[in-house]
Amino acid sequence: MRQILTLVAQRLALGLLILFIVSIIIAFVVELLPGDTCQALMGQSATPETVQACRAELGLNRSAPLRYLDWITGMLTGDMGSSLANGRPISDLLGTRLGNTFFLAGLAAAIAVPLAITLGVAAALYRDSLFDRGVNVATLTSISFPEFFVAYILIYLLAVQAGWFPGISNVSGGDVGFGDRVYRTLLPALTLTLVVTAHMMRMTRAAIINLMASPYIEMARLKGIRRRRIIVKHALPNALSPIINVVAINLAYLIVGVVVVEVVFVYPGLGQLLVDSVSKRDMPVIQAGSMIFAAVYVLLNLTADVLSIVTNPRLLHRR
Amino acid sequence: MSDSRDDLLLDIRGLRIEARTGETWSEIVKGVDVQLGRQEVLGLIGESGAGKSTIGLAAMGYARDGCRISGGTILFDGVDLTAASIEQRRRLRGVKIAYVAQSAAAAFNPAQTLDEQVCEAAVQHGVMSRARAQAKARELYEKLQLPEPGSFGRRFPHQVSGGQLQRAMTAMAMVCEPDMIVFDEPTTALDVTTQIEVLAAIRNAIDEEDTAALYITHDLAVVAQIADRIKVLRYGETVEEGTADQILADPQQEYTRQLVNIRKVAGEPHETEPDTLSLEASGVTAAYGGAHGPRVLHDVALRVPRGTTVAVVGESGSGKSTLARVMTGLLPPIAGEIKLTGEPLPPALKQRSREQLRRLQMIYQMPDVSINPRQKIDEIVGRPLTFYFGVRGAERREQVEKLLAQVELGPDVADRLPGELSGGMKQRIGIARALAAEPEVIICDEVTSALDQVVADDVLRLLLRIQAETNTSYVFITHDLATVRAIADSVAVMYQGEVVEAGATQDVLTDPQTDYTKLLLSSVPVMKTGWLDELLAERERRRARGEKVMTSSGN
Amino acid sequence: MQAFAKAFWKAPITAKFGVLAITVYVLTAVFAPLLAPYGQFQVVGSQYLPWSAAHPLGTDNLGRDMLSRIIFGARNTVSIALIATILTFLLGTVTGFIAATLGGWADQVLSRLVDSLMAIPTLIFGLMLLTVFGTSIPVLICVIALLESTRVYRLARAVAMNIVVMDYVEAARLRGEGLWWIMTREVLPNALSPLAAEFGLRFCFVFLFISALSFLGLGIQPPTADWGSMVRENATLISFGDPTPLIPAGAIALLTVAVNFVVDWFLYHTSGLKD
Repeated sequence: MRQILTLVAQRLALGLLILFIVSIIIAFVVELLPGDTCQALMGQSATPETVQACRAELGLNRSAPLRYLDWITGMLTGDMGSSLANGRPISDLLGTRLGNTFFLAGLAAAIAVPLAITLGVAAALYRDSLFDRGVNVATLTSISFPEFFVAYILIYLLAVQAGWFPGISNVSGGDVGFGDRVYRTLLPALTLTLVVTAHMMRMTRAAIINLMASPYIEMARLKGIRRRRIIVKHALPNALSPIINVVAINLAYLIVGVVVVEVVFVYPGLGQLLVDSVSKRDMPVIQAGSMIFAAVYVLLNLTADVLSIVTNPRLLHRR
Repeated sequence: MSDSRDDLLLDIRGLRIEARTGETWSEIVKGVDVQLGRQEVLGLIGESGAGKSTIGLAAMGYARDGCRISGGTILFDGVDLTAASIEQRRRLRGVKIAYVAQSAAAAFNPAQTLDEQVCEAAVQHGVMSRARAQAKARELYEKLQLPEPGSFGRRFPHQVSGGQLQRAMTAMAMVCEPDMIVFDEPTTALDVTTQIEVLAAIRNAIDEEDTAALYITHDLAVVAQIADRIKVLRYGETVEEGTADQILADPQQEYTRQLVNIRKVAGEPHETEPDTLSLEASGVTAAYGGAHGPRVLHDVALRVPRGTTVAVVGESGSGKSTLARVMTGLLPPIAGEIKLTGEPLPPALKQRSREQLRRLQMIYQMPDVSINPRQKIDEIVGRPLTFYFGVRGAERREQVEKLLAQVELGPDVADRLPGELSGGMKQRIGIARALAAEPEVIICDEVTSALDQVVADDVLRLLLRIQAETNTSYVFITHDLATVRAIADSVAVMYQGEVVEAGATQDVLTDPQTDYTKLLLSSVPVMKTGWLDELLAERERRRARGEKVMTSSGN
Repeated sequence: MQAFAKAFWKAPITAKFGVLAITVYVLTAVFAPLLAPYGQFQVVGSQYLPWSAAHPLGTDNLGRDMLSRIIFGARNTVSIALIATILTFLLGTVTGFIAATLGGWADQVLSRLVDSLMAIPTLIFGLMLLTVFGTSIPVLICVIALLESTRVYRLARAVAMNIVVMDYVEAARLRGEGLWWIMTREVLPNALSPLAAEFGLRFCFVFLFISALSFLGLGIQPPTADWGSMVRENATLISFGDPTPLIPAGAIALLTVAVNFVVDWFLYHTSGLKD
């Protein structure tokens, strides 16, 4: 048991270290601008007042370590400063949007994960059958599509032509019930699902095929054990670790896909806020938003690693 | 051999099996007959590619992925396995016919306890209840001399040693009291001292349960201890068959004779200079991971007189390979030094000069990975010539061809890629590469261990011939005492990082001084039926007299 | 060459389709000025004209001929993606090999650096860097190369690690061979297969990445004809039931699918494993 705890603790420590390094990168990326940071950000036509406000907001009058400390404590306590574009507190801006993004990602994951794992396992078990080959071509095609292509096809077919779903996901404003919310979020979630499922399914299939080639699977066959029991009792318990890994990697991938999908559907989430801020060069918002995305990404990878350690049978039962 | 088919448990006639490479199918078993009576043990012996494993699996009506049974009949207890349905075959497996694989570590599921897997076949086939199966398993653990048989089954595969796992696999095969067990090289992956224990345990168990067995191996001495009859296979065909005594005492075929006479390679007498030392290791202590890591070598000394062969012998974990790494500079020692013809060598590889590197060469164990598969032979053998002597172009090609001739290969081999050559040929290329540098000492790291017996003999003969011609010294690392006897002038026996005994081969092998050397010597199977019985009886006698008997070092 | 032709004949239909499609794209990119009826910047009529004989795909939001811009898009987008991929590949492979061959602290430092860079999602990191440094083509290519090379580093290092433990590499080390020799003459020839496949895959990712950035307005800037930007510029047409913006998006998808099919076949063919 102690071995597992040590490994988990090590992994957590590593995760925290990476978060720290990431926060430094994000905090100081602005420094990379040649010349005067705020002048460059605000452009030639900016008034001296705007530039001053920018300097104050970015804390450029203070020394680097203090600036970082201010920023990181701000991030952790919820006071992330104000937007350069409209002066509103960033935490206000982020508030609902973060929830919206998680809702969208969560909905997509809820559909994609069971679907992908089932398809992946089935394809691996019925390898080289017509089903498997068909699924292989379909997923290969699907992962080649840019998200916006899938999004616009869905809009064109299901929103414009068939009129089943709204083309723009208007989920803000007061009384949007849960069911109604799911309805309005379905199209963007579907878009995300299509791309992520394909990746996850391929990886799951590869992992299961790898597993089925293990010598102890052949041994079970030579003992005359039924195929069904071999799969359930011998293969699946050992498949837990690789599949968890696959899911975690793809959930992390989901985070990135969310950005484009939110833009296409004008969905009021963190991704869309980020893209808007980028076009306005609103650095404080960009930094805060990026940090949140990065933190979620790191935490997901960390969870995957820890779960992988914890499900390893060799570590679960000490020598 | 019985004529009546009714008496036979297993009756295979005209078996043909094909294997697929890419798109084409080629025959790997070409019309083989196998007959096995009840309670009889038949040894299937042959080198790699002889088809013995495939035949063993076919006896269960099973063919691996990429193989198919293309002809012949397989009658097991009257049932024709080639005509039987998948379901019928499945019902026989684990119940009437069981299989023991070569690698126990790979054959067990790491996520389940040993008991779960050992009893699985019995319970799943409905042969006995779980309680009864567990009781039977416990009985078998005891018969197979496993430690703490009452609680052994509750452990997980990674918690027990290799030899124990192999016996657990035998228990797994025997729980259902099958009529026949197929043993596929069960002791090949074990240390020679552990091998004896496992072999004896297996033999005891099948004697007591009156099980018939197919024992597959490449080692004639091992199979002679356990089989009633032996069948010799080569390239998918039967070479010879007879009782164990017949085969050993009076082999009819040339190939069988070669197998019986392996390791009777005699060294040619040659000029040696016993007073000049080509290589000397003194006081070598080494550890992994810095000076405070676990020690792997303790105060090791080795003396290699010019033009002689010194064998470094030991089992896994003895430190012999580590010693080679210290000598070559890959692992700088914490203490001690290595001298090459009197000149002390810098401890780390990076510190050594090109000249120093040239004079000490190495040949590796695995032919497939010791030479770069993407380089032509010309480049592999010629590179040292260019690197050390600056020889290029036509002159280099000429010298490459000379070297190839020296290792008994034709000049056309120089234009080929390693993938086109056999294992024995690849080892010769490795030797040629080492010779190209004109070294004083060559370290041979288990160079014959991965080769078939007969091919290995040829390589040993070649090495001896080259030594006579060039007066090069060899440090020959091996775990096989028969090879030591065949090739070495002196030997150093290593155990757990120390040299426990060293001296002239004759002296050490005929009159060992230390317990471990005695154990090692006694564990090497001798080409004689009944040898195992004698050994076990001797050990019993000594135990009865109250002497402490050292058994396997890694049980 | 003969072996390739024979293998191609036996290839599954998806691979044949892939090779065909890629050839069409390459030819379009190379001969764009000859194939396009109008220039990519040329205004030929009013905006959003429907499909007609004169303009088979209509006009875009500024009245330029869609078909011509799509043809020029092949040249612009594909060539930028190709250059970025080559740079990515060189950077990732060289560093990956160095890490595997040298081992020790070089490996540790490089791997930790790469882990940190990979900890931030590519798109987010890309957005941040492009905001700071601007979106000129050289900057775009460098940013992409930096971010994507981390993935290539991981693969190259893993492949090289497997090779570096082989006895023949140790034999070269014991001979006294230097780092450059070992990397290029011992490791590289044995790594070609997986690296070739990775090149194809990496092209797909880079290509999709550039398209995504352009779609978001941060990639290739107007007025240069680029498929991603074209989708963004003409997106309003979709709500009017006009599928024209799907065509540049489809062009992106088609090329990526084609490359993926070919890489898939290549992996199957070289590994000898059916997958």
